[in-house]
Amino acid sequence: MELIKPGLNIPFTNYRHIAVVLSTIVNLLVLVLLFTQGPRLGVDFAGGTVVQLKFMQKVSVNEVRAALGQLGTGDTVIQDFGGEGSNEFLVRLERTSIEIGALGEQLRASLSKQFGPNGFEIRRIESVGPKVGKELRERGAWSVIAATVMMGVYIWFRFELRFGIGAIIALIHDVLVTIGALMLGHYEFDLTIIAALLTIVGFSVNDTVIVCDRIRENMRKIRRESLEGIINMSINETLSRTIITTGTAIMVLLALFALGGGVIRPFAFALLVGFFSGVYSTIFIASPVILFWEKGAMKRKSVAETVVQKSEVRAKRTK
Amino acid sequence: MRRSVAIRLGLFIVATLVSLVYLAPTFVHDLPPWWSSFLPTDRIHLGLDLQGGSHLLLEVKVDKAIENNVERIKADLTNVLRDRGISGVSVERVQGTQIQLKVPAASVERVRGLLKSDFPNLTVVNTQASGGTTEFFLTLSKEEIRSLRDYAVDQSLETIRNRIDQFGVSEPVIQREGQQEILIQLPGIQDPERAKEIIGKTALLEFKLVDDTVNVEDALKNGPPPGRQILYGYAGKGEGAVGGEKVAYVVESRTLMTGEYITDARVRPSSQLQGPYVELILNSTGARLFEQITAANVKRRLAIVLDNRVYSAPVIQERIGGGRASITGSFDIKEARDLAIILRAGALPAPVEIIEERTVGPSLGSDSIRQGIISFVVGISLVIVFMIIYYRGAGVLADVALIFHILFLLAILAAFKAVLTLPGIAGIVLIAGMAVDANVLINERIREELRAGRAPRSAVEAGYQHALPAIIDTNVTTFLSGLILFQFGTGPIKGFAVTLCIGILTTVVTAVYMTRIYYDYRMVTRKLTGISI
Repeated sequence: MELIKPGLNIPFTNYRHIAVVLSTIVNLLVLVLLFTQGPRLGVDFAGGTVVQLKFMQKVSVNEVRAALGQLGTGDTVIQDFGGEGSNEFLVRLERTSIEIGALGEQLRASLSKQFGPNGFEIRRIESVGPKVGKELRERGAWSVIAATVMMGVYIWFRFELRFGIGAIIALIHDVLVTIGALMLGHYEFDLTIIAALLTIVGFSVNDTVIVCDRIRENMRKIRRESLEGIINMSINETLSRTIITTGTAIMVLLALFALGGGVIRPFAFALLVGFFSGVYSTIFIASPVILFWEKGAMKRKSVAETVVQKSEVRAKRTK
Repeated sequence: MRRSVAIRLGLFIVATLVSLVYLAPTFVHDLPPWWSSFLPTDRIHLGLDLQGGSHLLLEVKVDKAIENNVERIKADLTNVLRDRGISGVSVERVQGTQIQLKVPAASVERVRGLLKSDFPNLTVVNTQASGGTTEFFLTLSKEEIRSLRDYAVDQSLETIRNRIDQFGVSEPVIQREGQQEILIQLPGIQDPERAKEIIGKTALLEFKLVDDTVNVEDALKNGPPPGRQILYGYAGKGEGAVGGEKVAYVVESRTLMTGEYITDARVRPSSQLQGPYVELILNSTGARLFEQITAANVKRRLAIVLDNRVYSAPVIQERIGGGRASITGSFDIKEARDLAIILRAGALPAPVEIIEERTVGPSLGSDSIRQGIISFVVGISLVIVFMIIYYRGAGVLADVALIFHILFLLAILAAFKAVLTLPGIAGIVLIAGMAVDANVLINERIREELRAGRAPRSAVEAGYQHALPAIIDTNVTTFLSGLILFQFGTGPIKGFAVTLCIGILTTVVTAVYMTRIYYDYRMVTRKLTGISI
């Protein structure tokens, strides 16, 4: 079977201006959203407590809130978790067990009053102090930045500087798009999201590597073609690879998203968005950056070349 | 060529057998007895999020330990000054960890000499002379403070380990993290709240005299007289549990004795009206000290104070020899047992605070495992079917490599005692989707070479050769981001990073080198006339 017929020649680079404008707008929007509204932080980063409760019978959010009583004061969020009929709830409390004391015990006591000692189960408690949250937040952000730069440097080292720059810009794009999608989907940012972002950085660059590898090969093989032509040709030739390698990853991610449970779902969502974005950015962002870079260099070079040619002509004449 | 194929095939068979041996304990329930005598018996370790348990991060309040130390030095200094007959010197602790001395002009030189000879670890940061007195500001040296901090954390770790050992948790992890933190993992723990109580108590036991000459009401209103302090206890219930009636005591600030002399603490059954009590057994120094204290204070009340809370304040009826003391208070048997554990293990040199807690119940863990396995089976089936449809024969080959990759990955996890977490399972599923990427790159290249008119044999050779650089580069980048994640991550996330990194290594081995054996074998037998791709 063949998804992409050989000989396909889509002039991708022709769309680069539209793509760059579109992506810049999207990225700027995400940045604005990030710095004005800010992402919804999970307890890992914001501090606080999250409790996963399972009830033996059907219970409404309001009943849970009522049963929490005193503990539920402050900024408490109660949400359904684990889908229809599972009777599971995620309760997010602002305070941690450090402030409340024996949180688990108090929780058990107040829920027992309402639902009986065997009417519910505390499945998970995660409490993170504000100091730890701040530290994790900073380290998380730095690790994503470090990974992005490292990918760029690796590509620079293996190929050329302009390829590295293209890769970094494409990765920044992927990370921002993923962050934007997570914010739109009202997902909380926590450690697993950082893990997803780092994986996106490590995986999205793969398509860029494959295209760069082909560009380099074609540049050696075909001397007459313009760089734009070579980039287009290389993208087309590697298109089926780009789609299939990402496609198989997307297949398993869909399985994880649908069947992996509540903890894994946000992680799988982030990766799905990031991997899709990775294919797009390789074709429409990384390659144009190489081209822009090249054109800038060409201008300087062509002036130099004409000077050389003139002097050669002069040299011939004197002979 | 023929030999090389045989050698490589042999290596893979050996690797497969070794992997199966490492995985047997995880998947086979009752292994024959001869197995455990010389073959591995470790199962794949499950993280706390999969088997249930508590993860705690404690911060040791090291500054408090330093303050305590300075307080002790202050007391020593006061004693030495008194012994040497230097009078009129006031000694105060200021700004947390500084000691301020106000010395009359006549004694300045003697104090200076004494500081130099008896307190070499103190440095004078400032002196001010005004009127007839000179003020000295003393502080501990930087090295001294650093070693005190280290000592406080190490000692806390040791004490907490003792407490957990006595509490009875199998395979706990207790280790130092960073400057002043302690990481504790308690797998499969049933009562995390109780464990936290036991771990987090400072357990500083002090014996102080109650001053009955001071009216408690007055002291509460106007503050305690000099050298006295107010401490509280709870009537009707020990352990300071909320609900009991709060009782104030005026006690002498001076501590007569601390819990450092305790060699053992035991729960004794209830006697008459009281509930169970905890009997302390003191070492010989402690026994002598306790005898002196009780002899000197007959008919006075001795407050037994744990973490600034008065447990009981019995009247000393007579001199008590034999090195036994008891803590009463109306606690139940469980509270008494926990108290005994804490007292046996000793006090923490500084208070600790739980700054992070993650507790997962066992039922959630098994649900997570089930969901992980289901998404693994579904995800991998999708990939396997797709590869067969898209690449036919070469797809089957890639699928075989994929299955071996999973076998090797799990075996390495078992062999290196890596911890499998829920994100780790997600990592295995994800890596399965990436594992065939190398085959996709190779197969696409072979197709290209075939289209360019090459013979199957040279198409295969060129395909592997030209695809390899990109395969290496793509895997290196993913591996690098996995390493960064490993550096950054904690607990479950580290598990993901581990499966990601190991998985990348095994995919390269199986997807590139293992599939190549097949083609080489067919070339050797001269049967590579057509490729199903």
